[in-house]
Amino acid sequence: MTATPVPDEASQETRIGPRAEQPSVTGSPEDAAPIMRRVKQKLTSRWATAAALLIAVVWTVPTFGLFVSSFRPAAKQVGPRSDGWWNFFEDWQFTFQHYIDVTASAGSQSPNLSQYFVNSLAIVIPVTLFILVLASMAAYIFAWGKFRGRDGLFIFVFALQIIPLQMSLIPLLQLFTQVLQMPSGSYAQLWIAHTMFGLPLGIFLLHNFISEIPGEMIEAARVDGAGHTTIFWRIILPLSVPALASLAIFQFLWVWNDLLVALVFSGGTADVAPITQRLAEISGTRGSRDYLNPAAAFVSIIVPLAVFFGLQRYFVRGLLAGGLKG
Amino acid sequence: MEFIGGKLLQVVIALAVFAAIIGLIMLVVDKAPKSSRDKLTVIGFLAPAAILMLVGLVYPAIQTSFFAFTDAKGQPNGVDNFVWMFTQPEALVTLRNTIVWTVLVPLLSTGFGLAYAVFIDKARGEKVLKALVFMPMAISFVGAGIIWKLVYDYRGPGIEQTGVLNFLRVAMGMQPKQFLLDAPENTIFLIIVMVWIQTGFAMVVLSAAIKGVPTELVEAARLDGANPWQQFRNVTIPGIRGALVVVLTTITIATLKVFDIVRTMTAGNYDTSVVANEMYTQAFRAGEPGRGAALALVLFLLVLPIVVYNARVLRQQREIR
Repeated sequence: MTATPVPDEASQETRIGPRAEQPSVTGSPEDAAPIMRRVKQKLTSRWATAAALLIAVVWTVPTFGLFVSSFRPAAKQVGPRSDGWWNFFEDWQFTFQHYIDVTASAGSQSPNLSQYFVNSLAIVIPVTLFILVLASMAAYIFAWGKFRGRDGLFIFVFALQIIPLQMSLIPLLQLFTQVLQMPSGSYAQLWIAHTMFGLPLGIFLLHNFISEIPGEMIEAARVDGAGHTTIFWRIILPLSVPALASLAIFQFLWVWNDLLVALVFSGGTADVAPITQRLAEISGTRGSRDYLNPAAAFVSIIVPLAVFFGLQRYFVRGLLAGGLKG
Repeated sequence: MEFIGGKLLQVVIALAVFAAIIGLIMLVVDKAPKSSRDKLTVIGFLAPAAILMLVGLVYPAIQTSFFAFTDAKGQPNGVDNFVWMFTQPEALVTLRNTIVWTVLVPLLSTGFGLAYAVFIDKARGEKVLKALVFMPMAISFVGAGIIWKLVYDYRGPGIEQTGVLNFLRVAMGMQPKQFLLDAPENTIFLIIVMVWIQTGFAMVVLSAAIKGVPTELVEAARLDGANPWQQFRNVTIPGIRGALVVVLTTITIATLKVFDIVRTMTAGNYDTSVVANEMYTQAFRAGEPGRGAALALVLFLLVLPIVVYNARVLRQQREIR
């Protein structure tokens, strides 16, 4: 690294990205060719910057529009006097009422999102914990246990990850309701189904991380007389915190945002169904209360957005641990 | 707020039962006689996950394969469901749409993600720029559906438009368009939503991979007179090939399973249905579990080549290690 001369590093940065104050090229005693090249590079980098900004804008405007809409009065959103959300900036009419309507009001027509919001939390928190514990146990054995057929079995688990959920739904529903007679109106079916579906990915992600833990540490613990359980709780889990965190975020987002599993296993009642399901219901009926949809959607995405922005760093790290090794 | 009490109780009981089971396993493994301890450890640590995956994924997959050959009453009907799938116009549209989805979404998401990752590499405010494009990852497909309905909103000509796209069309002197109604291009407008969600994923993974390409290599190419495009093609792309494969396969699989976008935006009407959505419709709405199962089986067969390819790559990696 020390061999790289400093000016080179600076000029490399010009390759991409907006840099207004470049160490001026014209002043240096260089001949025409490199100058031309730099000008050309600067031009291409300007186009690249413009393209990047365009992508950023296109990617952000839809969500921003929803956010603005959620504060606009009903008459501005639907009906004859309605107009686009961008008019908000000229015609400054603001209301917080939609948020109160979708969460607090109790009528049978009301979206009643606060109930479904609690359901989502009650589904997602246990599931995330179940998957973390069970997947890390299995990942530990796959990485450090010794038994015949270990590698073959691991590849099988990896392949399970890619079975479409759609294939499991009908038999699993029959098993739950007809064979096991599980009561509808409780979270049990959703917890178990989500845990089942989340395990292959969880084991895969954690295995990559746990198998990289230096073997000497585990060996040393074993020499000191530690058994598998002690090694697992005292060494493996504390060292795997970054991977566990990323898996937790992954699972949290996935389960929170799920609609398919919820539709099949929740029974659709306000006692169990998560917020995505309710959101799909109210947005599916084209009705006079469409103006509540933006606020409802925002209530439902506020938690994942908070989790995502708060823990983004771990999330990215986890994605990479899973996919890019080797 | 009285509704929270019972729910909280359920959660607490579930967590207690789970903790008890795990505690019991740990106790048995720990107290086992030394001779059988290693074996018991493997069983104890692996069994809970293995049982859940067998019951939740392996057994249903086998079961569904059998279902696929039965009719609405559960009687065997040979390959009728598959004949239906490959002859009925509506079913054929579903298959066609699925193919369009699985070709376009991975290519476009990866393309945009890669371009964006390259463009903002080392730019000022890179973190913020990344977060903006990555953000849709955190939004549910249902939420995304509502967001994009707003973008695609349609009003008759001559009326104030409320959708951004139609506003722009009218401003440019065009007629407003029913983006979600007019087949076949409405499928493209649904695909755009999926691309919007997946691009952030591609961008983040590829961006990390680009930063992993040794700077010396890029520098050497630059000194040899390679222009930015040549540097990109001959140094960066080969350097991130592994990441590209991961991104493409992951997005392809996610796309094959996509269900929520179609469900919330058009419910599969106006010729926009895809296999994953049709499967749900047939099995749980139309009372045709056999057809649903057949569709699920086809979905699995579509994913299978990707499984085989990934398993192979994985095995190679393990052999290298």
